Amino acid sequence: MTLFDGPIGPDTYAAIRYGYGFPARGAATAPGEMIAGLHGPDRMRMAFPKAGLPEAAAMGAAYIAARRDIKKEIPDADARLKALWQQIRQAQYTGLLADFARIADTRTPFRERLVHFWGNHFATRTKGRQSHACGPAFLDEAIRPYLAGRFADLLKAAVTHPVMLAFLDQTSSVGPNSKANGDGRRGLNENLAREVLELHTLGVGAGYSQRDVTEFAELLTGLTFDLKRDTGMVFKSKLAEPGAETVLGVRYGGKGKAKLSDVYAVLDDLSVHPATAAHVSRKIAAHFTSDTPDPSLTSAMAATWRDTGGDLTAVYTAMLNHPAAWAGFGAKVKLPREMLASAMRGLGLSGDDIMRTKAGRGRDWLMRPLVAMGHSYLGPPDPSGFPDEATAWVQPYGLAQRITWAMTTVQMVKTKGLAPDRFARDTLGDAASERLLWAVTRAETREEGLGLVLASAEFNRR
Amino acid sequence: MTPVSRRGVLKGGLGVACSAAAHPLMSTMTMAATPGDARLVVIVLRGAMDGLDLLAPVGDPAYAALRPTLGPRAAETGLPLGGGFVLHRAMAPLMPLWQAGELGFAHAVSTPYRDKRSHFDGQDLLEAGTGMDVELAAQRDGWLNRLLQAIPGTEARTAFAVGRQEMRILRGDAPVYQWAPEADIEITPQAQLLLERIYEPDPLFSAAGGSALELAAQLGHATLPPLPDGSRREPLAAFAAERMNEEARIVSYSLNGWDTHRNQKGALTSALDVLQRSILSLKDGLGANWSKTMVMAMTEFGRTARENGSGGTDHGTGGALVMAGGALKGGRILGRWPGLDEADLYDRRDLMPTADVRAYAAWAMRGLHGIDRATLERAIFPTLDMGDDPGLLA
Repeated sequence: MTLFDGPIGPDTYAAIRYGYGFPARGAATAPGEMIAGLHGPDRMRMAFPKAGLPEAAAMGAAYIAARRDIKKEIPDADARLKALWQQIRQAQYTGLLADFARIADTRTPFRERLVHFWGNHFATRTKGRQSHACGPAFLDEAIRPYLAGRFADLLKAAVTHPVMLAFLDQTSSVGPNSKANGDGRRGLNENLAREVLELHTLGVGAGYSQRDVTEFAELLTGLTFDLKRDTGMVFKSKLAEPGAETVLGVRYGGKGKAKLSDVYAVLDDLSVHPATAAHVSRKIAAHFTSDTPDPSLTSAMAATWRDTGGDLTAVYTAMLNHPAAWAGFGAKVKLPREMLASAMRGLGLSGDDIMRTKAGRGRDWLMRPLVAMGHSYLGPPDPSGFPDEATAWVQPYGLAQRITWAMTTVQMVKTKGLAPDRFARDTLGDAASERLLWAVTRAETREEGLGLVLASAEFNRR
Repeated sequence: MTPVSRRGVLKGGLGVACSAAAHPLMSTMTMAATPGDARLVVIVLRGAMDGLDLLAPVGDPAYAALRPTLGPRAAETGLPLGGGFVLHRAMAPLMPLWQAGELGFAHAVSTPYRDKRSHFDGQDLLEAGTGMDVELAAQRDGWLNRLLQAIPGTEARTAFAVGRQEMRILRGDAPVYQWAPEADIEITPQAQLLLERIYEPDPLFSAAGGSALELAAQLGHATLPPLPDGSRREPLAAFAAERMNEEARIVSYSLNGWDTHRNQKGALTSALDVLQRSILSLKDGLGANWSKTMVMAMTEFGRTARENGSGGTDHGTGGALVMAGGALKGGRILGRWPGLDEADLYDRRDLMPTADVRAYAAWAMRGLHGIDRATLERAIFPTLDMGDDPGLLA
């Protein structure tokens, strides 16, 4: 017995493997048009805006000030702190809803999928109440504008964004021999340097040494961000380790004052390194096609990467033009947020409907279930991001949460007489098997039949 | 019909629908290569357990002065274990195990974590099983997962992370199952039958969904029968024992409540009460399988040698390891006692660790699972020196 009845057509691949499922809402199904959809104005970002970093940082700075004022026993400080925390939570919550709303309304779902793929590749998490409002800005400022250009530009934007600098402790890294470390009490923090090499670019198996990590970390000194004062990343040469640094055999900097351009130069070189091409190409292919992607697919993508100097549009095109991109349907399991988003899209919720979700309901319906499913909106526990393999998600506790979410969601959302078999066909296209259609029409109630569609293996795979 | 708790329909005779036979993977599993009979339970005591109150060194001349209120109580009510140590009164129900050699301790142990005394970093390091040479943020997987990868014939349900809390100790490339005994699935019996049909051709969903429905149907902790001594059965342990009577061999869960900065007298008594009930619940639930079981309860670090001004203790370094099980050669306190004179303390404030807690875990795995020393010292606990064999197993 197989999960799917017959051959799966390209429309279904395009919608489910490379998007957030049916209804397609006018989304393209041909590779050329899917690629074209990555360029041009970011309509979804404009339609459902989030707080940008300057605004979010100002909330954080005010929050820190209020906390300080409480210590000084300034009368209204308590009330201010409380109001600011509300504001910060609201900014965070708006970010969560906006991500779902953009997916619900988009005509370029492949673009939204890539936003979240890269958001997990450059995984971040904010630490401390004062910085939580900044979290949503990362995807909008560091990922969305760069996902169809050169990887070098995406890498530079992501690695130097204040949310990343804070998450990977770059904000506390100081050149041991820098002016700022005159008293010798501060020092180097290698966290960001190590993760850029291990996770963002070369990959853990690549031949770099501890010396490369240390010298790269020295080169990164100067990059910093202070929530209390700054509205974006700043480069302070007085924090930077003086002198040239050698990373993977190439010398950077050394003449005159340390400069941001030296940091950009090493990131440019890392972005086109053959190990980066291989590591990141495989990761993209694994995310979209299979936990064990076809080697000829990944090598075609890596070759394109090398030939084009890391032109991401060309790399995506190489993937979509490869036969393996359109074979083996259903090999991947949707991550929990993808499952929720595709259910909302399938149930016909509009972006505006989603934005109207009241905070209390949003907590019960979205935030808590995502935490229970292991896919918290706040971000992953560590810089390697959320896992991508099916076995990490399809285990008893996680699947129980999906089933329960499916069964409760169809009770909450207005489904106006929608028949379960029709819903299965509308959301799954030719991925809806006769067995699934048979089963969902035998549910005791219409809602339960709809819930079974959402809980099915067919709906949870792509 | 609105969805009802799966548990609510358990008595309705629908158990057949989720019997083992309904899930093809379950029958193939039992025929495949098996990971052996030994059971290993690792309990993570989150919050830093005070080893100096659990195993109070009342025979150490410096102890009384360091612990002006906690010390006299320990001396008065503690249970003598010999060698100048007394066991905290709350652990009294475990004394029969001590006498039977099924309870033991290692004193003055720690992970390689030093100086910053952060719970989160300390727990991350404990679960990663690495040394301080690896940056905390770079530690991706847990040592129990690496153990699984070294044991032949394991599959996802060989290892269970129990409870809602993430167990990083089990995270990694080897698939593992997670379940919380209080978890439930909102689904009607008819929908459940249909869902099983829907999942049937998909081995991954069929196995995980089948297990989920089956586990959700089991008794919740509200209805657990009491332990033989009449005390409350600890639900995580009760669930762990059930799984280990089936296919699970490695289980890990957390017990919280050890961060006793204030009023340690009451707080530690409550936490230890849960721990002792957890151990007794494992023993009772495992029945004959208890003889093949090793339980290790470990914490991220110990607490200050000196009592603080609120009748509590603060974050320290050296602590204690609790071991239990029929596979243990117990009735002993292992380790080298460093003394409590100010010059003997770590940083002049904490119990000096004289052994790496990972070495005890490594020797347990050496004995239980036959893992070779090179794998233990390089792959499972990178850079660990296991030292001499303490002869942990019976």
